[in-house]
Amino acid sequence: MTKTKVTKGKRIGMTGDEAVANAAAVINPDVVAAYPITPQTIIVEHFSDFVHDGEVDTEFVCVESEHSAMSACVGASATGARVFTASASQGVALMYEILFIAAASRLPIVMSVANRALAGPINIHGELTDQTMCRDTGWISMFSETAQEAYDNTFLSFKIAEHPDVSLPAMFGLDGFIITHALEGVFPLDRKFSQDFLPERDMKHPTIPGNPVSSGLLALPDYYMEVKYQQELAMTAARKVIPEAFKEFGEKTGRYYDQVESYQMEDAETALVTMGALAGTTKYVVDKLRKEGEKVGMLKVKTYRPFPTDDLAKALKDVDAIGVIDRDLTFGSPGAALYTDIKTSMYDYKDRPQVFGFIAGIGGRDVLVEDYEYIYKQVLKNKGAEKVVPVEWIGLRK
Amino acid sequence: MVTTEELKKVRIPKAKVLMNKKDRLAPGHRLCAGCTAGTIARCATLVTDIDDVCIFHATGCLEVATTVYPFTAWRVPWFHNAFENVAATASGAEAAYKVMVKKGKLKKVPDIIAFAGDGGTYDIGLQSLSGALERGHDFVYICYTNGAYMNTGIQRSGGTPMYAATTTSPAGKVIPGKIQWRKDLVAIAAAHKVQYVATASPAAHRDMMTKVRRALDVDGPAFLLIDMPCPRGWRFPEELSVQIAQQAIDSCYFPIYEVYDGKEYVLNPKSKAIANKPERKLPIEEYMKGQGRFRHLFRPEKRDDLIARFQEEVDKEWDYLLKLVNMSK
Repeated sequence: MTKTKVTKGKRIGMTGDEAVANAAAVINPDVVAAYPITPQTIIVEHFSDFVHDGEVDTEFVCVESEHSAMSACVGASATGARVFTASASQGVALMYEILFIAAASRLPIVMSVANRALAGPINIHGELTDQTMCRDTGWISMFSETAQEAYDNTFLSFKIAEHPDVSLPAMFGLDGFIITHALEGVFPLDRKFSQDFLPERDMKHPTIPGNPVSSGLLALPDYYMEVKYQQELAMTAARKVIPEAFKEFGEKTGRYYDQVESYQMEDAETALVTMGALAGTTKYVVDKLRKEGEKVGMLKVKTYRPFPTDDLAKALKDVDAIGVIDRDLTFGSPGAALYTDIKTSMYDYKDRPQVFGFIAGIGGRDVLVEDYEYIYKQVLKNKGAEKVVPVEWIGLRK
Repeated sequence: MVTTEELKKVRIPKAKVLMNKKDRLAPGHRLCAGCTAGTIARCATLVTDIDDVCIFHATGCLEVATTVYPFTAWRVPWFHNAFENVAATASGAEAAYKVMVKKGKLKKVPDIIAFAGDGGTYDIGLQSLSGALERGHDFVYICYTNGAYMNTGIQRSGGTPMYAATTTSPAGKVIPGKIQWRKDLVAIAAAHKVQYVATASPAAHRDMMTKVRRALDVDGPAFLLIDMPCPRGWRFPEELSVQIAQQAIDSCYFPIYEVYDGKEYVLNPKSKAIANKPERKLPIEEYMKGQGRFRHLFRPEKRDDLIARFQEEVDKEWDYLLKLVNMSK
């Protein structure tokens, strides 16, 4: 259960992008290598201001593509440096190849993803597919519901990524325009907090002069599997490290997070489950339905990778039916990304709830209060179905 | 900041001194017999301080053959990322070293060498290279060109010579190997107005090593294109590698020269000798006939028309280079 205690200090109005840039400036990474793309641009623009005004010590490498952005991040991180970048959509797709290498090289690069729909057709608006499609890359992956959460995720990502038991890159998303461009009040943190919360990165085998270590070797069938298994072990370690990081962050800031946030779940018979900005409206709708006497709650999956299987099972054990709202696509699959993961996670539980899938908000399409109410009604209607109910697209033009 | 005049005066230690240095690339790697990539990498890294150099590597023959997990042949810090991005990878590392210098963790930015083959440079890595040259990172990019994707089995690249048979430009019944001329990569690099660009050859190893040192002494990016005869891909006996490299210089197919500040072209001794005495220029046929990749121009019947066409291109490029050299005087 999230306890949102207000941090003392002045609340400052900023967009989600500004929040991320501000957080990055407080962290003062050694290297930022990035390439602009809507709706992430404000992050790199704002951060460039910090660099050119001398407010950070960062070397900003303004590269010629996202592929080079991630490649430069890998090169920089290999020296032991603290490295940050930001991208979205096509940009993430362009760097996809190198995302795998960053993870396999165990480089704790942090990337904010201004979640945006992928072309085609070309579209610049909010959708989470650009991040859910990275699920196999080996990155830690989180989402943000608000600008404040995006701000906090910047710190949390470094904390988790650089933990010696984890040593994996981490990305966190913030929904394009809905979070990236909307103005919100954000409680900022300062350098002192950052230096305390994020001690200097300590890399075991950096590529630095005088340290003759070779990294990025060719591993053939005799060793490749072991290297990959170590990545899985790192993800397993992250399951332990993440709640510790959330706890420490909560104690120091008053802002507590959970891998799975529960909202109005105490006696809920039905739950709506989602990720990112959709959770905000879902909470509003849950409140509304509660007033109407409905026993409904919400779960927000904050950490998408590693997937919080156990936390979800615990949160859903007394629920009869759930509606999973995905703002992402994967074609020809049994369902969208979150839906399939949840269904898989719950399958072995005897008292598992029935899971119904919904796809909404694709390409930035507004998801209205009525849409959530409709989803809730569909969950109730389908409850007890004896075969799989196909995933339903919400708000689709007929 | 090293001036161009200072750069021209940079010399390397005597052979005796260099020979007594510990190889940065140890023996026991898995390069083919007669492969000149090993020669190039050994020579290039010998002119560095073993404690003040970091190597970044694109995917390619030299990379896979020297670092098969859990072994490495490198005695200096070495990092490999992917095929097309060694320039960007080195960019990021250079930026990180700069911060370390700023924070007092390093005395200076070390010598940084990025190695890549012609596939990783002429083709898939060109954007990454161009970006890094434009941004002005302090590193040396060495493209060792064997004129094809040798690591994956001899496929054509933008650096493959005309008429060479590769597995994707085979000598067919209708099309006699690759039909395009190679890309002028030196001109592309020089067009970025970086302080130092040069070509080099293992047949002129001291010249090559001097160039590596000059390139490293530049405060900013420098680019070297080094001819890398490949016995497997070019189909010649492995003991002839250096001789073939010599023929490439002598025929003016691979002249050795430097470009200072993107505009001042200087020929180096072996090529300069030919410029001074054009009668010394080896007919291209002599270069081609010793290599199996051109065999279809000699057998079953000799294709004098195609050889003449190749000669024409070589002459055109050589004459243009001489013009640039003369203009620089």
